[in-house]
Amino acid sequence: MALMELKSVTVAFEGHAAVENVCLKLERGEYTVMLGRNGSGKSTLMRAMLGLVRPKSGQILVGDGLRRDHIGYMPQKTQAQRDFPAAVEEVVRSGLINRMGRRMFYTAEEKARAFENMRLLSIEDLRKTSYAALSGGQQQRALLARALCAADGLLMLDEPVSALDPEATEEFYGVLRMLHRERGMAILMISHDVRSAVRDADKVVVLDREVRFDGTRAAYAQWRKDNA
Amino acid sequence: MLETMLSYLQYPFMQRAIVVGALVSLCAALLGVSLVLKRYSMIGDGLSHVGFCALSIAAAANLAPLAVAIPVVMAAAFVLLRLNERTRVKGDAAIAMFSTTAVAVGAIVISMTRGMGEVSDYLFGKILSLTDSDVAISIALCAAVLAIFIFLYHRVFAITFDEPFARATGTRVGALNTLIALLTAVTIVIGMRMMGTMLISSLIIFPPLTAMRFFGRFRDVTIGAGVIAVVCFLIGILLSSYFERMPAGACVVAVNAAMFAVFSCAGAVLRRR
Repeated sequence: MALMELKSVTVAFEGHAAVENVCLKLERGEYTVMLGRNGSGKSTLMRAMLGLVRPKSGQILVGDGLRRDHIGYMPQKTQAQRDFPAAVEEVVRSGLINRMGRRMFYTAEEKARAFENMRLLSIEDLRKTSYAALSGGQQQRALLARALCAADGLLMLDEPVSALDPEATEEFYGVLRMLHRERGMAILMISHDVRSAVRDADKVVVLDREVRFDGTRAAYAQWRKDNA
Repeated sequence: MLETMLSYLQYPFMQRAIVVGALVSLCAALLGVSLVLKRYSMIGDGLSHVGFCALSIAAAANLAPLAVAIPVVMAAAFVLLRLNERTRVKGDAAIAMFSTTAVAVGAIVISMTRGMGEVSDYLFGKILSLTDSDVAISIALCAAVLAIFIFLYHRVFAITFDEPFARATGTRVGALNTLIALLTAVTIVIGMRMMGTMLISSLIIFPPLTAMRFFGRFRDVTIGAGVIAVVCFLIGILLSSYFERMPAGACVVAVNAAMFAVFSCAGAVLRRR
């Protein structure tokens, strides 16, 4: 079965239905971009997929060997985090927490995994640097490295480029492309950047409280033309 | 001068004050690192006001102060945490309402029973009020706080840095937050009789902020805040015993403020290099 399958999922947020009757499949190694305007329920749906909010009805099934707490989540940035006093390495290692079980400290192998992910995203030289001292793009790489530490094959990213300048955005998309093509990572990314976000995607989903479109990138281009 | 100060150490009330004060300062600083970074620092302030109310009622009813105040303030910690989580926007206003009401009730109770003369003891603290049970509770408290910061260190970091991520990767965020809030409640009740209602929350806020001016690593901030807190407390209480009529709490806070200034300068110099 798919890594994750949603069967007519409805999620309520503060009493109102944020998303209704959503059916969706995420396959292994598939790059999906979820589009929709502000308030269309994208983030709420992602939070439900991660088990952070309970759906009002419907089912969210996890399969193909994936564990719900082994998804590499990258939440939207918060203001409090911007100047948080922590070394990059401390932030990245906190992604290992889902592997700790009852242990209290990280093993040498886990630390090596964190280092490997920092190397993959070319931030290994910054590992002793304070997170607060990084540029926006570097901070996003640190959070992505943390997500990779937690992930077994699926990343969920909630508007990862919203605070980045165009150059850092391009770089970030490049990193995702590499993870997808070379590492076979499945990705679900929320964006409201209609053009460049979908460029590398296998699949596009358009959400506006319910699923408006769900198909390949080519089919999405056609759909946009028809709905223009 | 030093001799005079050290001569006070032979008095049992001074020994109690030093043990309780140092342990409470350490606990407040460690818990404070997480609270301040999560923008929860006003919870400390709110809890101290509820503590004022609970202590005044205990005194009026002739009950053991700690037996009344600890459960009441723990319950308040639970409520304040929920208020803060549920209504992000109005959370701070709700806490302000909650805590000023508590102060009003406390003041009414004191004025009707013991007279307003005693209020300044509550507001600015009195080291003579510490008993052996304060010593016992502060040792237990300190053991619990240290256990959390040693054994659950990585989880504390995770929930402080990013709650949604920690929750998504299987950390029991609610349980850990509640535990931290409850321990904060005990810390405040024990500390406030010595430091005073007005000043106790500074023990939560100052040492973490001071450490953050200088350190850029979470581990260093945590250890640094603990050390700074204990050092500032010891300097403060020795000064207050030398200048006999000076309230200990105010001295400790003044030393903390001076230390903050020193670390700010040191941090600025370090960053410029």
